[in-house]
Amino acid sequence: MNVPGLRMEQVQFEAIRRHGEAAYPDESCGVLLGRSGEDANTVVDAVPASNTRTDSAHNRYSIAPQELIRIQRESRQRGMDIVGFYHSHPDHPAHWSKTDLAEAHWFGCSYVITSVMGDGVTNEDERTARCRAVETNSFLLTGTGEEDKRLETQPLEVAAPTPATANA
Amino acid sequence: MQIHIPTPLRPYSGKQSVVHVAAKTVAEALTALTSQFPDLRKHLYTDEGKLRAFVNVYLNDEDIRYIDHKENAPVKESDSLSIIPSIAGGTPVAETPVHATAPAAAALTPEEMGRYSRHLILPEVGEAGQLKLKAARVLCIGAGGLGAPLTMYLAAAGVGTIGMVDFDVVEASNLHRQVIHGTSDIGRSKLDSAEDSLRAINPNTKIVKFETKLTSENALEIFKDFDIVADGTDNFPTRYLVNDACVLSGIPNVYASIYRFEGQASVFATEDGPCYRCLYPEPPPPGLVPSCAEGGVLGILPGLLGIIQATEVIKLILGQGEPLVGRLLLVDTLAMRFRELKLHKNPACPACGTHRTVTKLIDYAEFCGIPPKSAEPAAVVNCVPQMQVTELKRRMDAGENIFVLDVREPYEFAIAQIGGHLVPLGDLPQRVQELDPNREIVVQCKSGARSQRAAEFLAQNGFKRVYNLAGGIIAWSDKIDHSVAKY
Repeated sequence: MNVPGLRMEQVQFEAIRRHGEAAYPDESCGVLLGRSGEDANTVVDAVPASNTRTDSAHNRYSIAPQELIRIQRESRQRGMDIVGFYHSHPDHPAHWSKTDLAEAHWFGCSYVITSVMGDGVTNEDERTARCRAVETNSFLLTGTGEEDKRLETQPLEVAAPTPATANA
Repeated sequence: MQIHIPTPLRPYSGKQSVVHVAAKTVAEALTALTSQFPDLRKHLYTDEGKLRAFVNVYLNDEDIRYIDHKENAPVKESDSLSIIPSIAGGTPVAETPVHATAPAAAALTPEEMGRYSRHLILPEVGEAGQLKLKAARVLCIGAGGLGAPLTMYLAAAGVGTIGMVDFDVVEASNLHRQVIHGTSDIGRSKLDSAEDSLRAINPNTKIVKFETKLTSENALEIFKDFDIVADGTDNFPTRYLVNDACVLSGIPNVYASIYRFEGQASVFATEDGPCYRCLYPEPPPPGLVPSCAEGGVLGILPGLLGIIQATEVIKLILGQGEPLVGRLLLVDTLAMRFRELKLHKNPACPACGTHRTVTKLIDYAEFCGIPPKSAEPAAVVNCVPQMQVTELKRRMDAGENIFVLDVREPYEFAIAQIGGHLVPLGDLPQRVQELDPNREIVVQCKSGARSQRAAEFLAQNGFKRVYNLAGGIIAWSDKIDHSVAKY
């Protein structure tokens, strides 16, 4: 069976990656709003969130539930749902970690991970200035509960920007 | 009141995003919700009936855990309750301490792009993975049978820094398995020879040589600049030393060992996994497990095991796949069978358990029951007097009536012998009546280890005048007669 994909436009894709670079060497994180469908989840907006894990922000992220409630309320008012989350892996591959799986509880949602690589130099300021987003992958949380949950690689479809319409 | 259902739980709430219930308290609201949708229960509560740790329940904008009366807080019809599973995660860094301190490598050069192109097109490696490899620092203990394929493949794969600890020189008897050295390297330092081979494979790799014996004094200092240690040692004191130093330094220990036709491999000393001491709390008595020099080894075997080690090292660096943590891989090359044993972290382990007693490096030779080597050769070991080869030669030349007992195997006897009477160690208990308990007997083997055990056996069985020939046939060849072949 094919894993349903995640669709977004170039503008959201770039926003997610730029946020990863801006947060480096810490992890960035945010919420993906849009619509869920049978064959794919579609992202309409990528909302940056603050990483509450100030104790270990370079290798952990956490979104405050208050912020999530606020984002969820706003999305309801705009007729959208939470369809996923994104975060960055500074100096690590764009693949989910054991922690990512253990802490993932939103079934049917996409977990988008971007690897942001610093630039070899030991000096942290310089490394931060020269870091860049490398890969971005999306994983769908599947399963029926905590016991059998899995993060499955899902197709990430990035559409070219749609031409502006007269009333946009 | 309203209860907002998050996306992942909607399959269990009849696809509704908002459920209306009548309730006076938060607890009543949740009970009303789960009685209306029983499938929601297991997603919200543990088997013990507690709200799952990752499920947050908010009354309007307040977490119910922090409001007065908590779950029993009163609610009004206009209130809304939100169920919010937590959103968190993290990079693999906290699971395996690889790269905890290493900066990410610079971008790949065009030369490297070409060299690693078959890695780069693997999604599991890719450019990000290749940069990890480039930034990685791996320390190999020993540049011998395991170290040879291990370091050659790590260099080829693009590991940025390879450290090597060894203080031996290349001997002819190494060449049937230590493929990093060639015939022309005989007599050279193993590290210099290995460095040449690795440079020829990949000039991008930085080689750091530690031409020294690994000791309790220098181990932590050497380990501190590396992310992963690969143990290719051939003796128990160093193996325990490597394990303990890895646990103390928080560095994974990628382990393999070999014996004749069989080998084993595992990954020890990761944060959650067992260490070598969890598997073997105590070392075997000295002499029980022969070294390669004593017991022989199939030349290919360390190649096979060294490459398993290299594979595990690469996986740890990439954070890919399932590492050999908590598993002991057993390889039998004669049957060509691979088996696996489950290993468990021992909570009572003195090195990595909950009450650790190994808080610094100890005297590992003593721990393994090996007597300290003094400048003077020991006169008596375990009640068995030791005879030097020069003394035996003098007494033989003087025509003394002395009986030399050779406890090696017949095929060894065929290679070289010094006129001893052959009774292999394993046959000794059945054939002991062939020997005269009142005669002076000098027991001899290749290096003096098996003959020591044979002499101890004879002494316990009433033989009064038994000696062990210190250094065995090797010492005889070195000091008395070079024409006796060393093998």
